[in-house]
Amino acid sequence: MIVERKKLNFWERLYIPAVIGGFKVTARHFIKSVFKRQPVTMQYPEERWVVPEGYRGAPYLVKDQEGNTKCVSCQLCEFVCPPKAIKIIPPGPAGQLADRPNAEKMPAEFEINMLRCIFCGYCQEVCPEEAIFLQKDWSHVGTNRAEMIYNKEKLLSLGGTHAGTQKWKHKLEEAKEQENFPVKP
Amino acid sequence: MSAAPTTETKPTPSPVETITVKVDGKAVTVPKLSPDHTGTMVPTNMIQACFAAGTTVPHYCYHPKLPIAGNCRMCLVEFGTPAMGPDRKPILNADGSPKITKAPRPAIACATPVSPGMEIYCSTPSVKQMREGVLESLLINHPLDCPICDQAGECKLQEYSVDYGQSASRFVESKVHKPKRIDLGPRIVLDAERCILCTRCIRFTRDVAGDDALGIVNRGSYNTISTFPGKPFDNNYTLNTVDICPVGALTSKDFRFQMRVWFLKETKSVCTSCATGCSITAGSREDKVYRYEPRENDAVNATWMCDAGRLNYKWINRPDRLKDVVVRGEKSNWTFALKEISDQLAAAPKGSVAIIASARQTNEELFLIRKLATKLGAITDSIPRIGSGDSLLVNADKNPNVNGARLNGICFTETGINLAKIASGIEQGSIKTLLVFGEDVLKRSIASEQLKEKETTSEVVEEHSITATLLGKLETLIVSDILPNQTTKLAHILLPGAAHVEKRGSFTNTKGRVQKFMQAIQPPGDARAEWEFLHELVYNVTGQNGFKSIEGLFNQMAKEVPAYNGLSWSGLGDTGATVAI
Amino acid sequence: MFDNITNWIDGLTAMQQFVLFSGVKIFAVFGVLMTCVAYAVWVERKVAAAIQDRVGPNRAGPFGLLQPACDGIKAFLKEDFTPDHVRKAYFWIAPAIALIPALLTVAVIPFGSNLGAQKMVIADLNVGILYTFGIVSLGVYGIVLAGYAANSKYPFIGGIRSSAQMVSYELAMGMSVIPLFLWVGDLNLSQLVISQQGFVGWLPDALGSVRLPNWLVFQSPMLALSFFIFLVAAFAETNRTPFDLPEAEQELAGGYNIEYSSIKFALFFMGEYAAMITASAMMVTLFFGGWTLPWFGLDQPATSIPGGLLHIGIFFVKVVAFVFTIVWVRWMWPRFRYDQLMDLGWRRFIPLALVNIVVTALWLWIRSRS
Repeated sequence: MIVERKKLNFWERLYIPAVIGGFKVTARHFIKSVFKRQPVTMQYPEERWVVPEGYRGAPYLVKDQEGNTKCVSCQLCEFVCPPKAIKIIPPGPAGQLADRPNAEKMPAEFEINMLRCIFCGYCQEVCPEEAIFLQKDWSHVGTNRAEMIYNKEKLLSLGGTHAGTQKWKHKLEEAKEQENFPVKP
Repeated sequence: MSAAPTTETKPTPSPVETITVKVDGKAVTVPKLSPDHTGTMVPTNMIQACFAAGTTVPHYCYHPKLPIAGNCRMCLVEFGTPAMGPDRKPILNADGSPKITKAPRPAIACATPVSPGMEIYCSTPSVKQMREGVLESLLINHPLDCPICDQAGECKLQEYSVDYGQSASRFVESKVHKPKRIDLGPRIVLDAERCILCTRCIRFTRDVAGDDALGIVNRGSYNTISTFPGKPFDNNYTLNTVDICPVGALTSKDFRFQMRVWFLKETKSVCTSCATGCSITAGSREDKVYRYEPRENDAVNATWMCDAGRLNYKWINRPDRLKDVVVRGEKSNWTFALKEISDQLAAAPKGSVAIIASARQTNEELFLIRKLATKLGAITDSIPRIGSGDSLLVNADKNPNVNGARLNGICFTETGINLAKIASGIEQGSIKTLLVFGEDVLKRSIASEQLKEKETTSEVVEEHSITATLLGKLETLIVSDILPNQTTKLAHILLPGAAHVEKRGSFTNTKGRVQKFMQAIQPPGDARAEWEFLHELVYNVTGQNGFKSIEGLFNQMAKEVPAYNGLSWSGLGDTGATVAI
Repeated sequence: MFDNITNWIDGLTAMQQFVLFSGVKIFAVFGVLMTCVAYAVWVERKVAAAIQDRVGPNRAGPFGLLQPACDGIKAFLKEDFTPDHVRKAYFWIAPAIALIPALLTVAVIPFGSNLGAQKMVIADLNVGILYTFGIVSLGVYGIVLAGYAANSKYPFIGGIRSSAQMVSYELAMGMSVIPLFLWVGDLNLSQLVISQQGFVGWLPDALGSVRLPNWLVFQSPMLALSFFIFLVAAFAETNRTPFDLPEAEQELAGGYNIEYSSIKFALFFMGEYAAMITASAMMVTLFFGGWTLPWFGLDQPATSIPGGLLHIGIFFVKVVAFVFTIVWVRWMWPRFRYDQLMDLGWRRFIPLALVNIVVTALWLWIRSRS
């Protein structure tokens, strides 16, 4: 594509309209911020940004209504994580049993390296247990790299609770009901 | 492979009777008879014809190495046969092609033999609809445990759900719940809810393993796989049922919740637990081996392997693996140690060196050791390792490469007969330097705690006359090993070696099958594959500069060792080649 | 006490007094100039912030007034890194060469009338303007050397651009002031200031009290044109937008000073701002009446010490106004393309300046005949 260059007339070639235009724009902004005191910037540590709904901040693990770990260590988030920020150590056959009676397993360790995390939200998207959510935290500060790797305990304490469906509990209750005969429809 | 030295001199192929059928319009010729799980020739099925034509037919209960049950109904296809006229001649269409009478009902491809001129339709809308229906029916009571199910990622239900599944369930009633987490045996956990009752496990253990331990109990929706009350499912082949279980009903206790299968890097390898040398796939992630699975190789192990061999991988990840080169008790490096060994060996008078190699080393390593031994005039042998075998896969000889050691001239028809000679040589002082590769020459029988760790593997090293006192008389004891033991403690120069999953090479099994294996993980610390430093030693001592790659080394061995003549690394393929033994 | 000092000074010979007062003036001017340099950066950042709807430095002290001090401390404390591939001797000498010419130019600028018996100029040279041009043209060496010493491509391109640009515009700048001296008939800057006393004579009397100062920029159209050319050339000479090609961040990742860090980088920065202030001072002196104001008799040399200080203040305010303008202009225009820059210099301003000289000369010849 060829864009025709605008032919400037003599007046314009003297740069005078450009001078006036430039002066007008700069003066407008200058006056606005000096006399009306309306800068668009924010004085960060004192003023803090109010996060809009749907903001994708740091991913944290959540607990269910009864305070149990929801994560079952399926490792889909680890698999889907584009920057490989998530590392899960599965419980193995001898690991601690899951908090929730029917869920069989939960991670032995769950680490998110917040320095690697790109806050894409794939982990939340892929999670079949609604156990990880991108929350509103956007300011992560640490004095060394190790501090920026959040472990399971920290992620759970930061994540809070999420009241979703308790499918494992539901399954267990359903199974218990079926132990009686005749089975209720 | 023109002059392939396979002992099975192929008999002139008798003309095999073949049948030509059409699969989705593609003509394919299949033999009229195919071997079943016992090797008996039985009529070829439609599913085999479909596979031959490259068409996928979804199936749960069908397994090529098991008797046919035909109960899952997933492989339903439509087919037609040529119509016959009253004159018993095929009726022809206007264009001269035979007229096909489509069968009124579909048939299961796994149990319907093909007939000449048959046409099989695998992709018609009704076939698709049938598969969707079957899958939906199988999923009615399936608990959808995928997040906590070890089968997730290699589950046929998941795979076929992608192709034929529906996005949402139409089943509004509550699912039938069955027992979960049942301890079926020492190595198997059963989740009855996930089971689709394909009976693959029952057929395997009854017809292949010969231990009729499993069956289906209860009625209707409550059908459950079970063992006989009080009788654990504990034969030496139980973990094969985990492999063949198309869903997550049977899972391995050992691999339970260890790692999700999609993270595992699959490397073609060979089991080293006995002389059978089953083809395996080693699953590893981040330099850690998580499991072995059998790999199909009809010349060795079909698609099976024993539990003992399958679980014999944990020593690779042991934290006390030898990681450092140690020279006279001090940590050193390869350059220094190899120079010292080379100088010493080059200066050693003929006959003053003995080599105890291991029948657990690869053909290539043994080939290099032979070169070294020939130059030094050294007596060589390896340590025999005898346990109990069975009639299926387990061999009594627990060394994976005795035939390799024999063919390379390291030991003779009977392993271990030179050990006494070496012992007396040390005793008399004529042998001053001893090289030991991957063997604990002081070990007599397997220690009890190691027995426990290796679970069902039992092996006994036979009595021989080398003792710690004798080793103490040596001027130099050079040991290369993987794990620390009594002999490595006495070594003057200790070289850390690599496990078979940490290097490439080949083994010659008890039947003379030469199989190659690939590297899955990196050796820990300074440890190095033996063939790498042996190559350097051979060059330093004998001046022969061979190949520096495992391919070249194997091809060189195939040229120089008569038994391997005609083989090549690339010619071995995934399943290997057989040599005369 | 004060008497003692006065007596002691009176007791000195004329030569001794000259050395003493020159020394005092040099230190005072140097001190004030360096402070101005520091605060020019602050002004630059504040004005930039205001134009971009921001706040600007506001953390260090009230209104961020201690920011320059912080910057200075930071510059000194940062690691002074010398990359391995640079040409060491040139690399070390270039920042000094960049700063020195800008400082030396101030010597001839009369920044006030009198303070007591002392003329408020460090060196009242007869050839003041020639000295200025001589020194200013040395400024390019700092940048060219820096570009060459860095021994990498972007600084080198920056250095090359700089040399071409500064040589070109020096010509236009030099020729733009010739009409001025034809008009005044003196090269001494103090005399130039004296010649700008009072009000312009060409405004009709009917305007009454609305009168223009007799500053050279107002005295004739030719001199106004001279000022215009001088102003543009000054922008180019000080590497300010829209002629900041040697240090174009977007194109050259910073230009000639990429490889510099710490105080050596700060020296380039200071040199640039010192040059900016010097250029402003030159323009005030040459075209805007220096320390004079035509009202309240402020165009006559001061007779008292407060009067002298007032003249210095007037000069300072005028310079600050120019600095402010230069800073503002940075946000008004985008950067010129290199070919446009050269085109403007050689094909517009140099012919224009030459024509201006001829016209001025003709005008003066005609006026002297009549």
